[in-house]
Amino acid sequence: MSTQKAELSPELIINEFKNQGVTHIVWLPDSETNFLYLLMEQEPSLTLIPVSREGHAFSTAAGLSTGGAKPVILIQNTGLLESGDSLRGWCMGMNIPVVLMVGYRGYTRHGRNADTAATYTEPFLNAFNVKYYLVENNDDAERISWAFEDAEKLQNPVAVLIGDEFHGFN
Amino acid sequence: MIDTLEMFKIFNRYRGNSIVLSGRGGRHWQSVSEQPDLDIALGDPAMGGHSSFALGLALSRPNEKVIQFDSEGDVLMGLGALPTIADKMPNNFYHFMLDNEVYGTTGGQPVPNAQNISYDVIAKGAGYPNTYAFDNIEDFASSIEEILSLEGPVFIALKIIPEVTNVPIGQRVKWQNRTRDQIISDFKNRIGVNN
Repeated sequence: MSTQKAELSPELIINEFKNQGVTHIVWLPDSETNFLYLLMEQEPSLTLIPVSREGHAFSTAAGLSTGGAKPVILIQNTGLLESGDSLRGWCMGMNIPVVLMVGYRGYTRHGRNADTAATYTEPFLNAFNVKYYLVENNDDAERISWAFEDAEKLQNPVAVLIGDEFHGFN
Repeated sequence: MIDTLEMFKIFNRYRGNSIVLSGRGGRHWQSVSEQPDLDIALGDPAMGGHSSFALGLALSRPNEKVIQFDSEGDVLMGLGALPTIADKMPNNFYHFMLDNEVYGTTGGQPVPNAQNISYDVIAKGAGYPNTYAFDNIEDFASSIEEILSLEGPVFIALKIIPEVTNVPIGQRVKWQNRTRDQIISDFKNRIGVNN
């Protein structure tokens, strides 16, 4: 079996964070976005806030935003599914313009998901009426900028689904 | 057991220009506070996230004291927040927790193992450098000035007298004099945030 080449550059994502004035990354590690970690840690303009359950990412981000900071939430879709009430209450209910970078576990692009986490991710976001973009490679990077623009315009969370392209598990 | 209103009256002497998250004590704090535009009474956006919200606020306002009056039910629902707070070690964060041993707004049902939990020990174990527990107003009154002079994060568990609400939600007297949106708007205007 051949290993899929990384097609979405982590440097590109970090640069987008910098361009957007992101101050904090509230995150819980996942396989799909693991490659971002070292770069995020080395970037002096970003403060990492590790949470132990994804729901806390939404309340933490709400506090940061209320105080004038600009957070991004970086979690896996499994944690997003767990976080429904926090997403609703802390970010949607408080009109927090935050971008959610969501590792799209189980997504294969081939129509058959490798995991039910992928099966329920987009229906979940649609149920909450949260706008989202799929990003699989560098050609899609503009969509991350769109997500930031939309979050500000809508004063609401907007998700970016990170297709599983970093390591080729699928 | 501590009377929440009396506790707030004593705390208010030392509040200064701190940002106050009044949590489940909001009804009483509203009658005591002299700086409502620095008060954030959120109601309950989603249970289990109040201390994480306070952490985010403290990290975004490093030059201001952030004082939270959390509840034991919320702390239990979000225990995993405590290690994150200790990891980030916000030196401007003071985490008070009102423990009435019951779910007061749902009829007074006991929280799990209500009388046998040492929340200050849990916070200490999670990494808070300074923790306290008080079950009487006298000890609280003699310690509050010292507590607020410490570097945060500090965790302070307070055994308070339960005030149980046991009427249908639609029949409850509304004590808030501002909406949540108005509270956040007033707060942002006060601190100069326009996001």
